[in-house]
Amino acid sequence: MIKSIKTWILVGFASLLLVACGQGGGGAGSKKSKTLDNTKKAGFVKCGVSQGLPGFSNADASGNWTGIDVDVCRAVAAAVLGDADKVKYTPLSAAERFTALTSGEIDVLARNTTWTLSRDADIGLTFVGVNFYDGQGFMVRKNSGINSVNDFKNGISACTNTGTTTELNMRDFFNSKNISYEPIAFEKADEVVQAYDAGRCDTYTTDKSGLAAQRTKMSNPDEHKVLPETISKEPLGPVVRQGDSVWEDIVRWSLNTMIEAEEYGVNSSNASSLKDSDNPAIKRLVGAEGELGAAFGLDNEWSLRIIEQVGNYGESYKKHIADTGILPNRGPNELWTKGGILYVPPAR
Amino acid sequence: MNFKQFISANKKPSILIPQAITVIALISVIIYFATNAQINMGNRGISFGFGFLNQEASFDIAFSLIEFDGSYSYGRAFLVGLLNTVLVSVIGIFFATIIGVIVGVSRLSDNYLIAKAAEWYVEIFRNIPLILQIFFWYFAALRALPSPENAINFYDISYLTIKGWYIPKFIWTNFNLFCYSIIAAFFSIYFFLKYAKKQREEFGRILPTATISILILILLPLISFFLLDVSLSFSYPELKQLSAASYTYENGVSIIPELMALALALSMYTATFIAENVRAGVLGVSKGQKEAAASIGLNKGQILKLVVMPQALRIIIPPTTNQYLNLTKNSSLAAAIAYPDMVLVFAKTALMQTGRAIEIISITMLTYLSLSITISIFMNWYNKKMAIKEK
Repeated sequence: MIKSIKTWILVGFASLLLVACGQGGGGAGSKKSKTLDNTKKAGFVKCGVSQGLPGFSNADASGNWTGIDVDVCRAVAAAVLGDADKVKYTPLSAAERFTALTSGEIDVLARNTTWTLSRDADIGLTFVGVNFYDGQGFMVRKNSGINSVNDFKNGISACTNTGTTTELNMRDFFNSKNISYEPIAFEKADEVVQAYDAGRCDTYTTDKSGLAAQRTKMSNPDEHKVLPETISKEPLGPVVRQGDSVWEDIVRWSLNTMIEAEEYGVNSSNASSLKDSDNPAIKRLVGAEGELGAAFGLDNEWSLRIIEQVGNYGESYKKHIADTGILPNRGPNELWTKGGILYVPPAR
Repeated sequence: MNFKQFISANKKPSILIPQAITVIALISVIIYFATNAQINMGNRGISFGFGFLNQEASFDIAFSLIEFDGSYSYGRAFLVGLLNTVLVSVIGIFFATIIGVIVGVSRLSDNYLIAKAAEWYVEIFRNIPLILQIFFWYFAALRALPSPENAINFYDISYLTIKGWYIPKFIWTNFNLFCYSIIAAFFSIYFFLKYAKKQREEFGRILPTATISILILILLPLISFFLLDVSLSFSYPELKQLSAASYTYENGVSIIPELMALALALSMYTATFIAENVRAGVLGVSKGQKEAAASIGLNKGQILKLVVMPQALRIIIPPTTNQYLNLTKNSSLAAAIAYPDMVLVFAKTALMQTGRAIEIISITMLTYLSLSITISIFMNWYNKKMAIKEK
């Protein structure tokens, strides 16, 4: 008797599972933005960030996230929900990030991710823009006597992160120079830093912004330097899932708004006072002209909220990257009008 | 109870129907998950297939037992990872067994100091999470080991440094003949042991089996050197300057610190459980057995070898099989310290570069399953061999 009761319980449990799954299933693909609806319902933006990269996405002691990648998520939250703080951050390793996005655990991936063809086209992702133009470099100890990548010799050991474009570029680079090397690839950036700092590797390679940020974590930052050469193009930008073009547009134009605001001199302190500006481009930015938000189901002040609550791109860069001493010089991340390559399509 | 017995013993529908429904429900759940994944992958534009295994991997691996560089395929990278997993598991199982047996026997020692030391070892190492022990050995080793120019020198043939343990490289001619001679040696030992057993059981003659086995193992390969033109030379590691203040060794073989740290952590951790199994096994043999053996004039060594161990092994083997399986599965923590095992190379790096999460994770899970089942089958066979055979 006991046996058959047990069996019935098992059957009940199995059918319960079946019913529960039936509700969870179903696919995306309707015309309206499912992600936007879900975000509004949940009341927060689900944002994937790094496990701690100063300047890009880094949590302080009390768990507040800051950085220019974080600001992209904050901008989306300001546009969609009206409050930049309504973001739920999920720290992800390089290896986890795309699966987290495609599986719906997060809706925006702002995690210093390089835009490449295979990632964009092959695995169900869409890159919406570039929020930082980076390139891969090498860090060495100052006393090593290595002053350029031409000083590398056969047998050098190089520490890096696994599952990144860095790992592939490194191979291309050493191959083209005909240098044999020992690649030590860790899953987490913190372990890479520790191993390099302990002397396991002769050089540490990743994006130059990352090198500058991680150098601050070394036991003695002054003992290390970044070599001048850049061996790759690394356009870093936010990513969304393929198949929800409305959500894709919202994230893309949230980022574009920040850059365009800097171009027109609109910042967090003067934005609301510019509603009666003479320049129609500025008026569109602060929501005083046109019906731009309606195109993706938002009200007209979405862009004003981004600028007021998060600031323009220049403010974000200064606060997180320049003032923290990571990369005081904006280099290619300067506006096109000032000699950089930041150039976004017009918001009209 | 097998399936036929079950059916004939339970002919009542009130018992069979719920069982059948459960099976059907379980199968439908699996089918449901599979189709659900398929539909959702289709909606998100993710294709499914194993064609990527033939694509060029284009990343390098620091440590590999077979030839590998980025121009080889993902399939080959998988093989490299698998071999590295097997390597660290075999090393780990070997040392865990040795340490485990020594510590387990030590815990039963009459010497207070030895028994207490063994007890402390067990209590400390089995109660600290393995991942912390791996980090401890790895970063402790990195901090403690010297840079290559100040290496710990073993008679100018081997050097221990932070970048690895450099040992001489073996350069063989006619290596295959040497291998055959070793295989031949094992076969000879097998037949010799059979012969020795017969001698013991039928005529009561006791042959020095251990000494003769070792002699065969040394002599046969040695003969191959003299008669079959097998030869061996060494290429010793040499210090090489990379730049003003950084050095490395070349021409030798490097055992990377990641492998050393992982093997050390895995064997130290697993040894504690094996030690407890050994202790349980030895304590499980009743005192009367030992006294009876002593009363017919066996000495201490013979009592342990002929009376206690055969009975203790029956208690020791099944739980030790679990520990071997655990060790193999725990080796997947390698990714944390950059040892290129199957998880790091395939389930992380290859997954990242291709984005084929479902395919790669399934392959990895199936591979671990097969590895574990292989160990299981072997240990079950050994267990059966050791079990009481009632005559």
